[in-house]
Amino acid sequence: MNTEIPLSEAKPGQTLRINRLELDGTMRRRLLDLGFIPGADVHILRKSPLGDPVALRVSNTTIALRVEESSRIFGEVLGE
Amino acid sequence: MEQTLNPLTQSKHKQLDSLFSEAESMTEPSSRDEIVGQIFRASKSICDEVVHYQDRQKLHRSEKLDHILTSRTWGFPIMLAMLGVIIWLTIAGANVPSSMLAETFGWLEGYITLGFQAIHAPDWLHGLLVLGLYRGISWVVSVMLPPMAIFFPAFALLENFGYLPRVAFNMDRLFKRSGGHGKQSLTMAMGFGCNAAAIMSTRIIESPRERMLAILTNNFVPCNGRWPTLILLSSLFMAAGVASGLQTFATAAIVMGMVLFGVVITLLVSWILSKTALKGVPTHYTLELPPYRRPKFWNTVIRATLDKSLFTLKRAVIVAAPAGVITWILANIFIGELSILEHIVAFLDPFARALGLDGFILMAFILGMPANEIVLPILMMGYLSTGAMTEVEDMAALKQIFLDHGWTWLTALNMMLFSLLHYPCGTTLINIYKETKSPKWTFLSFAIPTAMAIGVTFTVAQVARGMGWV
Amino acid sequence: MKYPSKEMPYRIALAGNPNTGKSTLFNTLTGLRQHTGNWPGKTVLCAEGEYRFQEKNYTVVDLPGTYSLYSNSADEEVARDYILFEQPDVTIVVLDATSLERNLNLALQVLEMSDRVVICLNMIDEAIRKGIRIHDQKLSSKLGVPVVKTSARDGKGINELKKIVTRVAEGRIQTRPYRIRYSEKIEEKIQSIQSQIENIFGDQLPSRWIALRLLDGERSMLNALKKRIPKEGAPDGANLKSPYPVEA
Repeated sequence: MNTEIPLSEAKPGQTLRINRLELDGTMRRRLLDLGFIPGADVHILRKSPLGDPVALRVSNTTIALRVEESSRIFGEVLGE
Repeated sequence: MEQTLNPLTQSKHKQLDSLFSEAESMTEPSSRDEIVGQIFRASKSICDEVVHYQDRQKLHRSEKLDHILTSRTWGFPIMLAMLGVIIWLTIAGANVPSSMLAETFGWLEGYITLGFQAIHAPDWLHGLLVLGLYRGISWVVSVMLPPMAIFFPAFALLENFGYLPRVAFNMDRLFKRSGGHGKQSLTMAMGFGCNAAAIMSTRIIESPRERMLAILTNNFVPCNGRWPTLILLSSLFMAAGVASGLQTFATAAIVMGMVLFGVVITLLVSWILSKTALKGVPTHYTLELPPYRRPKFWNTVIRATLDKSLFTLKRAVIVAAPAGVITWILANIFIGELSILEHIVAFLDPFARALGLDGFILMAFILGMPANEIVLPILMMGYLSTGAMTEVEDMAALKQIFLDHGWTWLTALNMMLFSLLHYPCGTTLINIYKETKSPKWTFLSFAIPTAMAIGVTFTVAQVARGMGWV
Repeated sequence: MKYPSKEMPYRIALAGNPNTGKSTLFNTLTGLRQHTGNWPGKTVLCAEGEYRFQEKNYTVVDLPGTYSLYSNSADEEVARDYILFEQPDVTIVVLDATSLERNLNLALQVLEMSDRVVICLNMIDEAIRKGIRIHDQKLSSKLGVPVVKTSARDGKGINELKKIVTRVAEGRIQTRPYRIRYSEKIEEKIQSIQSQIENIFGDQLPSRWIALRLLDGERSMLNALKKRIPKEGAPDGANLKSPYPVEA
């Protein structure tokens, strides 16, 4: 029933469970180090005043990602 | 390199190489995820056992505060308000201690002069040491110290509170648009203190292209040595027409306008460079927004005040003192009718006039190359026929000196603009060379701001004159 | 021959995530006795300082704040190389007690690299204010290394930290660092590579950790290793120490 969407399309207030990262190299490693790992939950906190980047809660910390990265992280929205 | 290695080392290198390719052949795309995933699971299971939360709501206080401080509606107004309040505090608070310091130095100078007379010291020695050296130092100290002792503790409080990453978060899109790095706003914040230190801080930007953008544009943030120039000129000339109760506000508004203009120029120059000499797309990065923390108030204030005061005093002794001496010498050695100083001024004057400045101002900027702190003192010294830096106890007297030399609001405005935009100080240029190891980029970091300063002041002067505003 | 006038100081490294109060701890430990070590060829500045405790001298290196010790950036490489090749007498891993979960990752990575580790749970006051309780004893027995609670900006727990560091440096505390078990498949691969690394480097380097990095395809690890291979055919490991000039 749940469908997979990119993190960039999740709305503030929603929580996404990560399925996969479509990134390679250093950026993938860095995101993994920050806790963006398959199976982890990401809570979308809010957008920056100019619409991008977006603040996210992952592994109990707040990390901001630009749309270039968040559009390549895919997962399913958990029940609100 | 390789041929200097002995056979044993070579064979070990070969072993490592083959080991590496063996390992690589075993690597699967998923193994990285698995390794990191396993570490995270271990962390989580350990945390589940040893950490207990009494109230999960308390954890998200920072998020609630972010909801206001980085909100679509309030994010930018609050950011501007904070900048405005800090500048206003600096201006409102620095006046009294500044004139107190100046009075103290003046009082002390009387005794020093008496001392010189008592030992029958020659006039030139008194001129050199007291009118040149001593006044050079006291000028810098009394004009620079109080604003810095207010601005930097206030800034440090915001920094320790955790506000700066939020500024980077709010501004990120603008920097992305201009091709720069999101962390450029953090290096700019460092620039408020000292551009030379900020050049070192650009190391937090890893991409060489974006780091170069941050280096080349850092100077458009007014530093320690330029704040007082901006504050003094805007209070003397720009805010003069405003009702007296509102003058501090008007001064603060103008200084803030200058800062914002500097930000606009930073974005513009970054954008132009990233379309031309430094082509490329912004690299990936992540930005952490750490929890807000209540700063230790007195601790932060005292530390920032002491650090900045020591820094200012050191600069005063190292740079301002010799500059005071040199300026005094230039003003007191005569070739024909005029002193060397006046010859230089006469030479620079026509070009300076086109920029809405005058020869003295341009000379002060050139002689002030080692440190921006000494630009105003050199200018004052140039203006006074005695050839020594004047004591400035009274702001009205100070303004009168400027007016006597034909200043208008345009002169003040353009001197502020030139100060904001012109080439970095000597220390900064040395740091840029050390960091880039490139004469070309060091030269460009001199040339770009200089071109901007000349271009902008020229345009402003021509428009103002053409429209008959002056 | 000169008589050594002083004993060699113990070398302490501070590792930790950014924003954990690591630099504050560094300042509290060393006071004004510090300077910036700008290592050649590196884009990263590291502060170095000294302190004296119970008649012994300690030099402290404040490694760059990083989220991990994989070679994702110059910072991470500097921190990794220091722990791996300089082999400090004690590595203090500074953790933000208010977000232990993310911070613990780095601690677990350091534990894979070194035996002589002390965990410093910093900003413990902040954690208490937020209603976070951490069982430090349990954490210590889980991780197999000492855990000390501190609040560096108030100077709380600093003396205790120095005591524990001394004991670990002198070998009076035996540690049993927690080592993560990976899947069977990965463990097998680790085994086969690990033995070959030991052939080249002896027991001078944490071979299991290096095996993991090579499996990860980290080319920078390979290059860092090559630089440390003895140049004169000297016995294994003789050339390992001091890839950086040590300032007095």
